[in-house]
Amino acid sequence: MHFQINGQHHEADPDIRTTLLDLLREHLGLTGSKKGCDHGQCGACTVLVNGRRINSCLALAVMHQDDEITTIEGLGTPDELHPLQAAFVRHDGYQCGYCTPGQICSAKGMMDEVEKGWPSYVTAELDETGELTRDEVSERMSGNICRCAAYPNIVDAIQEVWEARA
Amino acid sequence: MSEDTNTLTMDKPVEQSLLDTSVQELIGKPLDRIDGPAKVAGRATYAAEYGFDNLAYGFLVRAPFGFGDVDGLDTEAALALPDVIDVVSDVETFLRNSQQGGETKAPTQGVSRVDYFGQPLALVVAESYEAARDAAAAVRVRHSAGVGEWDFDGRLDEATTPPPSQIKPKTEQGDVEQGLTDAAFTIDATYATPSQNSAAMELHGSIATWDAEGKLTLYGALQMPASDRLQLADALGLKADQVRIVAKYVGGGFGSKLGIAPESVAAAVASKKLGRPVKVVMTRHQVFEATVRRSNTRQRVRLGADANGRLTTVSHENHVSNLPDEDYFEPVGVSTHFLYPGENRRVTHEQVVMNWTLAGSMRAPGEAVGMFAIEGAMDELAEQIGIDPVELRLRNEPEQDPEKKVPYSSRHLSQCLREGAERFGWSERSATPATRREGEWFVGMGVATATRTNMLQKSSARITLTPSGTALVETDMTDIGTGTYTILAQIAGELLGLPLDKVEVRLGDTDAPPGAGSGGSWGAGSSGTSVYLAAEQLRTQLAKAMDCDAEELTLKDGQAIARNHSRPLSELVGTGMSAVGTVRPGKAEKQSNQASYGAHFCEVRVNATTGEVRVSRWLSTVAAGRILNEKTARSQVIGGVTFGIGAALTEELVHDPRDGRIVNNDLAEYHVPVNADIPPLEVVFLPERDHWANPLHAKGLGELGISGAGAAVAAAIYNACGVRVRDFPITLDKLLPGLPPV
Repeated sequence: MHFQINGQHHEADPDIRTTLLDLLREHLGLTGSKKGCDHGQCGACTVLVNGRRINSCLALAVMHQDDEITTIEGLGTPDELHPLQAAFVRHDGYQCGYCTPGQICSAKGMMDEVEKGWPSYVTAELDETGELTRDEVSERMSGNICRCAAYPNIVDAIQEVWEARA
Repeated sequence: MSEDTNTLTMDKPVEQSLLDTSVQELIGKPLDRIDGPAKVAGRATYAAEYGFDNLAYGFLVRAPFGFGDVDGLDTEAALALPDVIDVVSDVETFLRNSQQGGETKAPTQGVSRVDYFGQPLALVVAESYEAARDAAAAVRVRHSAGVGEWDFDGRLDEATTPPPSQIKPKTEQGDVEQGLTDAAFTIDATYATPSQNSAAMELHGSIATWDAEGKLTLYGALQMPASDRLQLADALGLKADQVRIVAKYVGGGFGSKLGIAPESVAAAVASKKLGRPVKVVMTRHQVFEATVRRSNTRQRVRLGADANGRLTTVSHENHVSNLPDEDYFEPVGVSTHFLYPGENRRVTHEQVVMNWTLAGSMRAPGEAVGMFAIEGAMDELAEQIGIDPVELRLRNEPEQDPEKKVPYSSRHLSQCLREGAERFGWSERSATPATRREGEWFVGMGVATATRTNMLQKSSARITLTPSGTALVETDMTDIGTGTYTILAQIAGELLGLPLDKVEVRLGDTDAPPGAGSGGSWGAGSSGTSVYLAAEQLRTQLAKAMDCDAEELTLKDGQAIARNHSRPLSELVGTGMSAVGTVRPGKAEKQSNQASYGAHFCEVRVNATTGEVRVSRWLSTVAAGRILNEKTARSQVIGGVTFGIGAALTEELVHDPRDGRIVNNDLAEYHVPVNADIPPLEVVFLPERDHWANPLHAKGLGELGISGAGAAVAAAIYNACGVRVRDFPITLDKLLPGLPPV
């Protein structure tokens, strides 16, 4: 089967039971996406599929042959970090680092949702868009658990990138 | 290349620290983590992420019953599935229980008997993860189930006194009953906390591989490789030097990865049998069921105070639980021994033997649950006396350890309380509960003391100065998110006059000198001191090369400066210089009482209709000796505080009374705090140096944040709505009956 991941073409022959997460981790050596629960409960496996954030542990690999998949490895490298990655380092938006790739992919997808005007549970007016308050970030990032609990720092990092965007 | 050693036994205070006279200006700064770019870019390699050709996948078969004997495994159906290689079970060798931290022997082995629901029994090995998983579900476990001990409350009378482990189970001083009789004010209250789970984000996992000489390398999710190696060797009948453990990145531990877990031995046995690398990653359910939980507790606290609010009597009687034949008991009263004065004192622990998952260390064993009760009782006592809870604590500042009669190595609790009260706006708090209302919310404030015992563990590290003038730090110490990579680089760089990018730190490999491991908040002090000692030795070698005394030497930006000469390190080190530093605990920990201190201030909002609790503001003031990196230190504190908020409001393992199984064995049902649960958390560090602790003058920090945090939440809830809950977690059902009429 063919997969388009981080702008590159990959060939793999996964089992029909293989999740997108296990395809990445076990078949393609892209271990940046993490397995924390395998049940869509923790968000550590979050990747972007056609720009939208999903839990890759809840998706079967065979469902995504024609999709554009972006993982943490596709956002930046240690020497050339994506602005979100750099902000997470600056604000200590992590500790053990295990949930971090999922947090960052989730943050990227989340900011796109806000730009499109999608409301959240804490959005006061459904047609009021664009404001990414602290409460909005916290609410929209609550699908990504961080047991080290870098939450306030994660919010700081995301807000900084949001405010600095062109 | 010469390699010298420098060993320090902490028998007395170290008055002078080289960190105060060095000039590289790295220590204390809020520097970014040096391992940060790898982590945020997804390039940090955790245990289950090492790639091997010919890797086989193992999946644990778990006991589908809570107590009894295994009569046999029916494996035909599993073995008939495609890509299945084997069902491996060595009933004598497989681990029944996980191991506690720091032990040097194997944990309880043997899986023909089942002591708790979900106990691993066998390993299905296959060519793929999916094949192994599905085949494991096809293994039928023939068994004779018995009736285990699953009723904690009904067994309190059958509790027994456990052997000493982290602390003595029972101590007594003065006359507690007389003290209570004579007291002007008394509190007698019973508190309870449920079983809890560390829920580190990375699942416990191992990859085992053997070389031709019969040496095992295990890539593991482990906090303490040096002792984990000994446990694994003992479990497998190997010598220590036949085992190597690699744990370069660990995705959180919080105690759950201190000792080896069943997947490690299963992977090693299967890999040996099949002659190929085997990877076993526990599922989240298996992590909940077959690693370690924090014991539930039942705590009776009695306090007696004189007319001035000065404590005369402190009694803390505890019931905890663990499996049969397990000595570990949750040291609930560990800080009760020294936190407050009072000549009459009793601290006891009784163990209730239960067929529940192993009880062991979880972040701040003892304080995390014990301070909920002690600090809760202090809040109740303040109300009874009619004084402010901050004032009550200020009036109960002891001059020395009230039991051991030794000085505190450093203690700035009063300053933490005063500074915190001032910054938090504590004077705005109404002493009368349920009197501040904002819309549909009651608003209240609570305070609690934080303290956590400071410990030192034996730890070694090597520093090598290379001919190019860079430093390499090596130890099998781990960084589980604590910031170890960064602070060790800061210490080495500071003392050797090197900027951070000239220092490389390699951790988590038992081929390097044995480190303290991560646990008990001892990592920075122990491992950091070993690096300090190695650097101190290298400074002596460099001074010799400069033909001066070490005291005359200034090291900065890669230059050695003395007697008006300046030479680059690269010229001085020749073919390279190396030193190993080793620190050992000594008499200092007996001659002083060492602990970190802080004060938590919490504001909560309690919904007047639904009882929903939201933590809305938080401040922790902290005095923990020298702060090595203000950024990572703050993260440690807010992480601990968040654990405490979770314990107070949501975290509870539910054991099925019919078979002991953990009912809520995943992250959807065991509720750890999420982002929306946590407001901005303010942390203020007060300047402090602790000469008794170590030459860094730093104390532990990783567990201070959780200690007392839940008590501050509980006190704030009481202040907000007038409902005193002594049973964690404080869920809506416990608040609703007591809320004022709408």
